Parts: sequence; structure tokens; C-alpha cells
Amino acid sequence: MIGIENYLAVGAALFVIGIFGIFLNRKNVIIILMSIELMLLSVNINLVAFSAFSGDLVGQVFTIFVLTVAAAEAAIGLAILVVFFRNRGTIDVEDINVMKG
Amino acid sequence: MGVAEIAFYIFAICAVTGGLFTVLSKNPVHSVLWLILAFLSSAGLFVLLGAEFVAMLLVIVYVGAVAVLFMFVVMMIDVDFAELRGQMAKYMPIAGLIGVVLLLELAMVFGVWEVSEGAEAARAAIAPDAGQVHNTAALGQLVYDQYIYLFQAAGLILLVAMIGAIVLTLRHRTGVKRQNVMAQMHRDPAKTMEVVDVKPGQGL
Repeated sequence: MIGIENYLAVGAALFVIGIFGIFLNRKNVIIILMSIELMLLSVNINLVAFSAFSGDLVGQVFTIFVLTVAAAEAAIGLAILVVFFRNRGTIDVEDINVMKG
Repeated sequence: MGVAEIAFYIFAICAVTGGLFTVLSKNPVHSVLWLILAFLSSAGLFVLLGAEFVAMLLVIVYVGAVAVLFMFVVMMIDVDFAELRGQMAKYMPIAGLIGVVLLLELAMVFGVWEVSEGAEAARAAIAPDAGQVHNTAALGQLVYDQYIYLFQAAGLILLVAMIGAIVLTLRHRTGVKRQNVMAQMHRDPAKTMEVVDVKPGQGL
């Protein structure tokens, strides 16, 4: 029998893979954005799993909103990436230091 | 093992493998393809959970839009990805350490986690019986009624993201001929055309 723990384990694994990816690809912004998408996906899996197993639809509603924000974030992030590449000719994270932050 | 359990394990393994190779693969195009596999398998998991609408949304929005966006950007950007991957081995120990520590923390949370007594009563929108009301219809009734303002705000977020992406990436190159429709429409034949009477044998 598949319980909620199985789904939560998948979500946890995807979240950890997302964090792992951010630390592993310190130079490539595109992969970092993909890792963030993976983490948002794992959050969605958790929300839907709790929604299904507790019989509360609000979890799925919030999944829709998380999905919306994730799509907007990907669009803006990739637009910034394209502009940055046009100006600097690189997508290396270590070169993103124009603002000296 | 029933069909549902076999399907769950297949989808779960595909999702985790897809995520892992998204992060690990050398070629970013392959990364995007592995990401698509992870999204599709998660959509399968959602179907198994009875959340068909969110599953189809995941396929349409993530696979149809976000992954294609990633693919476009990966192919548009002319950068030496092999050079970017070069230092991956340097970051592997610290990344692995953080991953293992986080996984252990999550496992510890799983170990002591239990549902509270009042959880059943605290539900905000109790899901109707799946045999009577379809998941999409129930979700629509909830989103368009109780969460209408959040729904409108989500639309606004998408609008702002669209305008922001266009403003960021639109550029007018100098020195490139562009069509000027107004100038074309207001062109006066009297000024631009000349009738010349050519004498035979002379030419112009």
C-alpha cells in the first residue's frame, strides 16, 4: 500500500537534489534555475500528497499558485540571463559582480 | 503488488532519476530533457493521487512552456558549457555533504512526524467524493469562488512577468533598416514619381 510517506520521500529526494544541484553547478546559472524548478516541483508534490491524503482541496489550489509563480520566475530569470549574457558574454555566477554585492 | 503500486514506483524512480541527471549531466540540452522526464513523472504521481487537473497543468505549463523556454535559452546562448562544467569535481564534496546533511534532517523529521488530533476538523475545503464531482470541477468551484482574489493576483503576476521579460529582452539594433508604416502610407506620388518623355534613339 502506497501511503503519504512514499510521496513525501519522493518530494524530499527531489528537494535535496535541487539543493545539491545549486551547490554543484556553481558556475552555470541555467542549471541553477533548473534546480530551483526541481525544488518547487518537490514542494508541489508535498502539497498535492497532503491534499489527497487529508481530503482537503486547498493544497491543490496552492499548487496552482506555486506553479504560476514558478513559471513567472523562470521567465524573468531567463530574461535576465539573456540580457546578462548579451552584456557580458558569460553566464558564470562568479562573474556576476557588477553591483559589488 | 498492485498496478497502482508498480506505477508509483516507476514514476517515483523516473522523477528522482530525472532530477539527478538534470543536475549531473554534462550537456545542458540533456539537462532540460531530464527535467522534462522529472516533470512528466511527477504528473504521473499527481494522477495517481487523484489530482488530474494539477497533473495536466504540470504537463502543459512545465513541459509545454517552461522546459521549452529553457531549451530556447540553452540553444540561444553561445557559451562553452564544457568550460563551465570543469570545476564540478571541486564542488562535489561540499555539495554532497550538504545534500546528505539535509537528507538526514528530513529523515529525522519523518521519524517523529505524526498527524495532530485536530487536523481532520481544521480542513478548509473538504474534497467532495471523487465519484460524484470531478477533480477539475471541484477545484474550479474553489478557485473561482473562495480564492478569486488570489487567482486574479496570480494572473497579475503572470502579466507582470510577461511585460518584464519583454522589456528586458527587447532591443532595437542601430544601423538596421526597419519598416516605418506611417512613412510608407504618407508617401506622396507627386513627389516621388516623375514622368519623362524619352525621345527615340536618345535614351535618358
